[in-house]
Amino acid sequence: MPLDKPYLDVPGTTIFDAEQSRKGYHLNQFCMSLMKPENRQRFKANERAYLDEWQMSEEQKQAVLARDLNRCIALGGNIYFLAKIGATDGKSFQQMAGSMTGMTEEQYRAMMMAGGRSIEGNRYIGEKPAEKK
Amino acid sequence: MARITASVYTSHVPAIGAALDMGKTQEPYWQPLFQGYEFSKRWLKERRPDVVFLVYNDHANAFSLDLIPTFAIGAAAEFNVADEGWGPRPVPKVIGHPELASHIAQSVIQQDFDLTIANRMDVDHGLTVPLSLMCGQPQAWPCPVIPFAVNVVQYPVPSGRRCLNLGKAIRKAVESYDADLNVQIWGTGGMSHQLQGPRAGLINREFDNAFLDRMIGDPEAQAAMPHIDYVREAGSEGIELVMWLIARGAMADLAGGPPPKVVHRFYHVPASNTAVGHLILES
Repeated sequence: MPLDKPYLDVPGTTIFDAEQSRKGYHLNQFCMSLMKPENRQRFKANERAYLDEWQMSEEQKQAVLARDLNRCIALGGNIYFLAKIGATDGKSFQQMAGSMTGMTEEQYRAMMMAGGRSIEGNRYIGEKPAEKK
Repeated sequence: MARITASVYTSHVPAIGAALDMGKTQEPYWQPLFQGYEFSKRWLKERRPDVVFLVYNDHANAFSLDLIPTFAIGAAAEFNVADEGWGPRPVPKVIGHPELASHIAQSVIQQDFDLTIANRMDVDHGLTVPLSLMCGQPQAWPCPVIPFAVNVVQYPVPSGRRCLNLGKAIRKAVESYDADLNVQIWGTGGMSHQLQGPRAGLINREFDNAFLDRMIGDPEAQAAMPHIDYVREAGSEGIELVMWLIARGAMADLAGGPPPKVVHRFYHVPASNTAVGHLILES
């Protein structure tokens, strides 16, 4: 019997379930290694060489090198693990989250100051967007 | 006998810790948020507990993907503050209460909850930000803390019903401890937020406030809410809110006692990517 995954129709959202976790194991463990200052230094000195020490797919390595967090997540990354890359780069969590939305940093910050992204039109894939007032 | 005298609920956004540590609490962006905790700091001084049982989640700091315990109780004598990639927060180390933690572990496992017992575990912002919000910046935290980590990183997280029932089991465990201790239970995380993907930045005030209402008046109804409703309405990381139900389940009204007294309620948007909610309930 297939597993019940009622969350697949939520727009702009990837739920880190057991399947994603399996795909992303080495990617996320690489991220975890960046909690140690000496590893952060080695990664910054030669990113490609450091990534090659991990059993990650080429696609995952390219996504990390490009800092394409949406791609990292599609390939099994989890945001709390990926945050270690942002920390290594000196980015805040807000900068990381904003980078996945297609907005500029300023636009994203302004949206949050104005109360955040509205739930209206954002519950289901294909839902009609909220009417602009 | 030990008893649970109050429960505290709060978000644990890491940026709040950073704002405190960098002395930004009076900046216009942060001032309204910290204002909402002024009452709470005074309240905690007056009602100083002997132990805080603090429910939170680890954010890929103590636990990597090598081990993913659904419920982990910290039974160590002390807990170091984790280096989450920016260096550890400059806050005091956390002193545990191994005797009470071990007692609770044994009692709760005998009530059919499979806890993982952690005798060594670093604690991250999920635990230290609530302590900072409630205690300010002391040289040492005012009392021992029992960290209780819940997996909300890898789906599925425990259901709301299971969390509420776990809270009830924790209450029984505390009440069977043979020393006169004043114990508070804190539930942390949330409120609505999404940190990933094109939908990042989601805030649902209506959901958050209805959640706060039900936490006060009808926790059983809140416990019946399925995961998908949290994900859809409160964002993929909004699901952290199930942890509040563990603290709520430990309150007296769910064991036949009177309803709790609401002594403080606060809601604010934004803190970084997130809405912030806060409640204090007394037994």
